[in-house]
Amino acid sequence: MSDDIRVANRPERLTVETSEGAQELIRRVDTGTDQLGREVGAVLRLDGVSLDPRQVDYERRDDETMIINMGPAHPSTHGVLRLMLELDGEFVLRTKVVIGYLHTGMEKTGENLSYVQGATNVTRMDYLSPVINELSYSLTVEKLLGVEVPARATWIRMMMSELNRVSSHLVWMATNGMDLGSTSMMIYGLRERELILAFFEKTAGLRLNLNYVRPGGVAADLPDGWEDDVEVICNTIEERSYEYDQLLTGQPIFRNRLVGVGAITAEEALALSLTGPLLRSTGVAWDLRRSMPYLAYDQVDFDVIVGTYGDNFDRYALRLNEIRESIRIIRQCVQKMPAGDYRSQDPKVTPPPRARIGESMEALIHHFKLFTEGFHVPAGEVYSAVESPRGEIGCYLVADGGPRPYRIHVRAPSFTNLQAMPLLMRGASVSDAITMISTVDPVLGEVDR
Amino acid sequence: MIPLPPLAPPGVLVEEALACDAAFFPTREHYADLAAALRADGFEMCVDVCGVDYLEHADRYVPEGITPTRFEVVANFLSLSRRLRVRVRVQAGNDAPRVDSLFHVYPGTEAPERETFDMFGILFDGHPDLTRILMPEEWEGHPLRKDYGVGHVPIQFKEAPGPR
Repeated sequence: MSDDIRVANRPERLTVETSEGAQELIRRVDTGTDQLGREVGAVLRLDGVSLDPRQVDYERRDDETMIINMGPAHPSTHGVLRLMLELDGEFVLRTKVVIGYLHTGMEKTGENLSYVQGATNVTRMDYLSPVINELSYSLTVEKLLGVEVPARATWIRMMMSELNRVSSHLVWMATNGMDLGSTSMMIYGLRERELILAFFEKTAGLRLNLNYVRPGGVAADLPDGWEDDVEVICNTIEERSYEYDQLLTGQPIFRNRLVGVGAITAEEALALSLTGPLLRSTGVAWDLRRSMPYLAYDQVDFDVIVGTYGDNFDRYALRLNEIRESIRIIRQCVQKMPAGDYRSQDPKVTPPPRARIGESMEALIHHFKLFTEGFHVPAGEVYSAVESPRGEIGCYLVADGGPRPYRIHVRAPSFTNLQAMPLLMRGASVSDAITMISTVDPVLGEVDR
Repeated sequence: MIPLPPLAPPGVLVEEALACDAAFFPTREHYADLAAALRADGFEMCVDVCGVDYLEHADRYVPEGITPTRFEVVANFLSLSRRLRVRVRVQAGNDAPRVDSLFHVYPGTEAPERETFDMFGILFDGHPDLTRILMPEEWEGHPLRKDYGVGHVPIQFKEAPGPR
């Protein structure tokens, strides 16, 4: 009979089921020194700097502070991020990030998919920049395969990933505006993003999880009249980016919420392995497109935007200007787009055209082998990284010579960037916490994978 | 070929491994020392730490003098000033895999090491808070191990039989 009692009537069972146990923030007295150091944001252990976290607000007692949960269902946490905050009044003392609510085991799934299918898997990790996810995966597989990708495919990839960067930053502008109470910015950002998604749909057939960049090239050539479409997108978004400027940049409420809030230094950012806008906002000009060029980024002209103070406003201004730089790159891609194949003609990697299957025995065999077994990748292990809108997205691949990856690991920038939360939060008020989450720009699909 | 950092501990091998940048293969004892040497040598950032379970791929390539074990920890280091990447692959052991934590050298390895522990059960000595990060706390097993089964939902091609 006891099993029939509803769970809600047994509070002790309810707490067990909703608790993450040791992953949560615990009482200060029970917390180890290193762990406390993490939670108060004393992460920096560079030479000559040592900080005993027990000395940080040592006068606080557990009964003076309050531990609250923010998330995982809080609308401003961009998904299912859960932050446990220790508060003194309105100010944050300790922070702990609890993640895993969206974990779907994509790395394990990737081990059971062939290399061709793998792109559909990785594209769902960072759902705001699918092309760049596929790109990092495809470059890694190609590095192991040793396949030469035609020039047109490279330039198409570059153009699509820049379009994707613009759309991702537009979503960021939108959600950031939303978090700060500017609902018009949210509508504008999503409206402009729609232009890019419509172009994606025209090119790849899908709006969000494109599966467009594949090992060996891209899935389809650009549609007829693509130059005009891209021109319209570039002109519209560039013009409107100045409207966002007018709407937000000088706006006193907006500035008060951002300027000087959540500042980090370059040393702290490097120590915490932060990449992308978070690192560049501190003044470190580290952009993989410039520093370790991949695709044809060494043949286009663009500026790496850096900030000065590493605060929230720098991160906002940096992303707004990156939209303009990406548009510069897209325009050059349109000008310089070479003619030729959009995918490698290696029959071991690329399926033959449909018409050839009826004529050629070999084409039929290749087609059959590719879609049943997939291609084999020589044994080895490789790591390659590209610059996503959120930082360095890397793919570590171990191949055992079979048709499926032996191990696929994605170095997700949001996952690592979330380590900055305790540092950013310390001393900030709860309302600033929402701004911090927003400017770190985590995509929870990628954090949890 | 990337030259050995000047402070590299003894017993560390450098290899131009297959299809990749340079990879160091330290022994387990020298792993943290090597990370400290790399840190001093201008590798400002530890980009990533992940694990690999080589249960079904035991005949992989490792250089002479290194005994391959089932679990391996792979750490990627990045030097922003020299624009270099270096990968460190350390053999973590067979049954009770454990290596030293890099937390005190590179604080940014905290979350990746927790993820590696969660997914493979590799212990990191000196990690401040080695708890599960992606899986629920009471989860049994470590999902990315090769002997951990893959769950699946059978595909139903026909209409399900009725209740009677």
